[in-house]
Amino acid sequence: MAALIQRFRSLFKEGQVEFDLPEDLQFRGYDRRIVGRLFRYVRPYGRQMLIALLLMGVITATSLAGPYIIKLTLDNAIPAGDMGLLRGLIAVFLLAQLVGWIARAAQVAAVAEAGQSSIYGVRRDLFEKFQRQSMSFFDKADVGILMSRMTSDINALQELVTWAIVGTASDLFTLIGIVIVMLALDWRLSLITFAVLPIMALLTAMWRARARDNWRRVRYYNGRMLGYIEENIQGVRVVQAFTREKLNLEKFVNQINYRFNRAQQRAARLSAMFFPAVDFLGTLAVALVIGFGGALAVGGSVFTPGVLVAFVMYIGRFFDPIRDLAERYNTLQQAMTAGERIFGLLDRPIEIESKPGAPEMPPIRGEVIYDHVYFHYEPDLPVLHDINLHVRPGQLIALVGATGSGKSTLVKLLNRSYDVKAGSVRIDGYDVRDVELSSLRRQMGIVLQETFLFRGTVADNIRYGRLDATDDEIVAAARAIGAHEFIEALPFGYQTMVEEGGASLSVGQRQLLAFARALLADPRILVLDEATSSIDTQTEKVIQEAMDRLLEGRTAFVIAHRLSTIVRADQIVVLAHGRIIEQGTHQELLARRGAYYHLYTMGFAEPTASKIQYPNIYSPRSAP
Amino acid sequence: MHTFLRILSYLKPHRKRLAITYGCIAAVTVLNLLIPWIIRQVIDVGLAAGDRRYLLQMALLVVGVAAARVLFSFGQRFGMESSGQMVAYDIRNQLYDHIQRLSFSYHTHAQTGQLMSRMAEDVGAIQRFVAGALLDSLSIVLMLGFIIAILVRMNWQLALIALIPMPILAISVQDLARRMRPRWKQVQQEFAQVTTVLQENLTGAQVVRAFAREPYEIAKFDAANRAYMRTRLSTIRFWGSASPFMGFLVACSIALTFWFGGPMVSAGQLSLGTLVAFSSYILMLSGPVQRLGNIVNLAAEAFACAERIFEVLDAPFEIHDSPNALVLTNVRGHVKFEHVDFKYSDGRQPTLTDINLEARPGEVVALVGHTGAGKSTLINLILRFYDVTAGRVLIDGHDVRYVTLESLRRHIGVVLQDTLLFSATIRENIAYGRPDAGDEEIIAAAKAAQAHDFIMSFPKGYDTEVGERGITLSGGQRQRIAIARALLVDPRILILDDSTSSVDMETEHLIQQALKTLMKGRTSFVIAQRLTTIKSADQVLVLDHGRIVQRGTHDELVAVPGPYREIYDLQLRDQEEAIASIAAATGAAHLRPALVGARG
Repeated sequence: MAALIQRFRSLFKEGQVEFDLPEDLQFRGYDRRIVGRLFRYVRPYGRQMLIALLLMGVITATSLAGPYIIKLTLDNAIPAGDMGLLRGLIAVFLLAQLVGWIARAAQVAAVAEAGQSSIYGVRRDLFEKFQRQSMSFFDKADVGILMSRMTSDINALQELVTWAIVGTASDLFTLIGIVIVMLALDWRLSLITFAVLPIMALLTAMWRARARDNWRRVRYYNGRMLGYIEENIQGVRVVQAFTREKLNLEKFVNQINYRFNRAQQRAARLSAMFFPAVDFLGTLAVALVIGFGGALAVGGSVFTPGVLVAFVMYIGRFFDPIRDLAERYNTLQQAMTAGERIFGLLDRPIEIESKPGAPEMPPIRGEVIYDHVYFHYEPDLPVLHDINLHVRPGQLIALVGATGSGKSTLVKLLNRSYDVKAGSVRIDGYDVRDVELSSLRRQMGIVLQETFLFRGTVADNIRYGRLDATDDEIVAAARAIGAHEFIEALPFGYQTMVEEGGASLSVGQRQLLAFARALLADPRILVLDEATSSIDTQTEKVIQEAMDRLLEGRTAFVIAHRLSTIVRADQIVVLAHGRIIEQGTHQELLARRGAYYHLYTMGFAEPTASKIQYPNIYSPRSAP
Repeated sequence: MHTFLRILSYLKPHRKRLAITYGCIAAVTVLNLLIPWIIRQVIDVGLAAGDRRYLLQMALLVVGVAAARVLFSFGQRFGMESSGQMVAYDIRNQLYDHIQRLSFSYHTHAQTGQLMSRMAEDVGAIQRFVAGALLDSLSIVLMLGFIIAILVRMNWQLALIALIPMPILAISVQDLARRMRPRWKQVQQEFAQVTTVLQENLTGAQVVRAFAREPYEIAKFDAANRAYMRTRLSTIRFWGSASPFMGFLVACSIALTFWFGGPMVSAGQLSLGTLVAFSSYILMLSGPVQRLGNIVNLAAEAFACAERIFEVLDAPFEIHDSPNALVLTNVRGHVKFEHVDFKYSDGRQPTLTDINLEARPGEVVALVGHTGAGKSTLINLILRFYDVTAGRVLIDGHDVRYVTLESLRRHIGVVLQDTLLFSATIRENIAYGRPDAGDEEIIAAAKAAQAHDFIMSFPKGYDTEVGERGITLSGGQRQRIAIARALLVDPRILILDDSTSSVDMETEHLIQQALKTLMKGRTSFVIAQRLTTIKSADQVLVLDHGRIVQRGTHDELVAVPGPYREIYDLQLRDQEEAIASIAAATGAAHLRPALVGARG
């Protein structure tokens, strides 16, 4: 293996592999609006920020006092042999260090409190915003991207608030402090020292831009690499079945891993050049002090050992803040990009909200009317076209049609997951848009095909239907649905933890839990998406019975896949391309030999292999 | 120790780089030590005598030292960093190679997330250790040795006193890091809690809205968010109060130097320049001492990570080519199971017991049974994802254990229910099993798999990226690409799962068509859910608790009471009745043949 890798590696030479970095990651400069917005979150902690600022002054003073005390020691105490002064100075030196220590601890605490609390606020607001968003928002948004807004983007802001703002302020304090002290010590020597500053600034500016690109590249290729590995671990069965091991390894060694390694080396090379260069400039400044110090001394100025030592020490501290400031510029840019994205999300309008002062929906009887309903997600792609439907309380409606025919969209209008574009949906005579949203949704139940379970116990998951339900009520609901037996058989019964996504339960069991949850909520109108996944025979039987129990006495819309469900529906609604093309009972529709008839002949009959007549279910056909 | 040596062995291929790096480290150390000496000369000779020329010479010497240091310092930094990166690169290659060749039994137990963290975090820790500790330790040892020697030579009494805080410094750096670790871990855990709540909320957005549970969710998130904020805050506070202690210790060292050194200068025992140089060396020492404290932590972290990595690298390949394994060529597709038993290594019950079956070339074998009956395991034995516990699996008379894995799997095509495509173009995905396939072949396979039309409806056609960075395909589309992928390999033996989860009628129809094309002329094993597939099978095998409980054709089996009839009544009859009721209502003549078989 090692030999193989060695051979692959010998294949590549520098520059053979092209970097293909996308340019979509635009970096931004300072933006006042974003900082202003962020400042609003920090303002409640103004007191802490003020304390931090005052402490910063103390810290700077104590840290700059050190070299000056040493200068006094060298120039005044020791040559004069004044041991009392010497001990006094040392005591002051240690005291200053001690005060600096305490001030630093207090400052970190104050800054952390302000920073963490304000970021907590941003995070809370963002989450609340997510909660108020309608489903249309989630259709377009990718969960992964929303997650990264909440994690990496907010972390970038946190970095800015906690360390960058304070760090920058303290760097500026230190810089200004050093300049003042140096000028006070010897203004001519100071000016000579400052001569290296323009070079330093130039160097830093050059480095900054390149380092940023480098780290971006490293992060990008790291992500690519981890993505590649993850995919191949998850698909290891396919990899092995198709005997792709050698080829995949070659790709990994020569491209995926190699590019990441190159990017890393490039970044390492650059920082290995920059930091020694900064050190060089610092030492150059020391050389200037020594060289010119001698020359100036002759001109009457006092170039003492103390001044020399103090200058050397101040120069050492002079360059740290400059380097920090350069590095912090990257943090600032990242925070600006992150801030723009986060505040962009916070400012996104909410599409579906209760009208101001909308009345509560009274207890629903269950009459549903779709009145000339039109709907589309994208303006030029109609999804529902002139839907008219009248459902009487307690009726069972089976929705039938191809994927994309509009079945799911039709039921989503019912609980205002979306709003109609034209026409209206009325429940018991109320337009759903005119009543208070949560009072409407509370009376409706939805059971999706993919059962979503939350992390928590089985009981918690059933209780999600009605938060104040007692344990007895939960057991009763589970019993009614027929889920009690399997729940009791779990290691901890109702207290068994459900793993993420309910992985530890079978598809059928998960569905039964969803049924129990819906039953507990006791909705007046039920929307059910029948699962098509294969479920074993035993569970299938239980589910059939559970469905009967759940549908009892409610108006129900079922996106139907089972013939048994369809056959007993009060109305079958056949949809194609967003239109209702047929409507009636099973017998009526079969007799018409229309789209419904074709749909089911094709689904279940054996296709005659030679000439498949593919019925066009997409154009509405009239009865023969 | 063994772990340590094993980490060292990764540096072997990079000996040259290491030698250069070490040379640079030594040079930088010596150059660094020169500066305080120059300062001493400046004070004791230049300033004392007011000698301008001497000062200028010293200034030039400083510039020279600084210039030389730039060069070596670059070599040191880059050498250290890049050595770590190269070691990480090598380990990643090795890990990747090993992971993708590990047997299936390993992967069913290992979690992707854990393997990923070996690749990312654990390798990263070794990289940091190599770059930051292993190579840096030379620089630390050199600095400590030289500086202490110099200090002792300057004035050993003063050195003894001034160095007192240094051991405390080393210990407290290490101690702080040790105490910070569980705190940071807790912060990370709290953060994981925040993201878990968020992720669940976002993926379950529809359920949240359906039950109008937004206020409840907000409260739940707020609890996690607040707990995270508090933990983080207290951790930062702790760090903020403890870390300035290090700076204070260094200051103590300096204070001691002047407290006792000052009188010595006055007494003429020590020159002023020496005192200054002495304190400079003390300051210079504090860096390496702090790094020394950190090395302990870096090493502890790296060893733990390395052990986890080696654990993966040392995991044996349970399935591998036997010595002198035969290369399977010209397979006809005759598959035979002889008294096959199978038990998972951690299973109590055997998964398969005494399986006997024979599929002649071109036959279709339908496997029917409940979840957990052993259907997938049976199929995995043909592919040799596992080895039988007893009995043998023969292909064209060859025991699969005595042919090379590559030649065996080359001749078997697989289409599974949860179709996995890779983040690449559609073309690359279809050509996955045969990367050298030409465009015409790929298109032909896509056409036969009923995938060409939808592929061409994308703006970029076959060059459309799928997966993470590309478009998301529907379940039906993915399945058809998987069929094309299998078709292109043109295997003699085919393994497939015909259950198509939630696709519409039109797609369902297309997939059935594609499967038919695919199975033509190949020995096929189908985990069957569809009546049409079962009916067209040459043999139907009914599995229950790892045994074949019934075998025959659909017509034979449905005629007698037994497990097949039970399954038929509960799951398949529904499909049959649809045909019947439609036929009865309409008198559709072409449906009759399908029913005759069923009703006998």
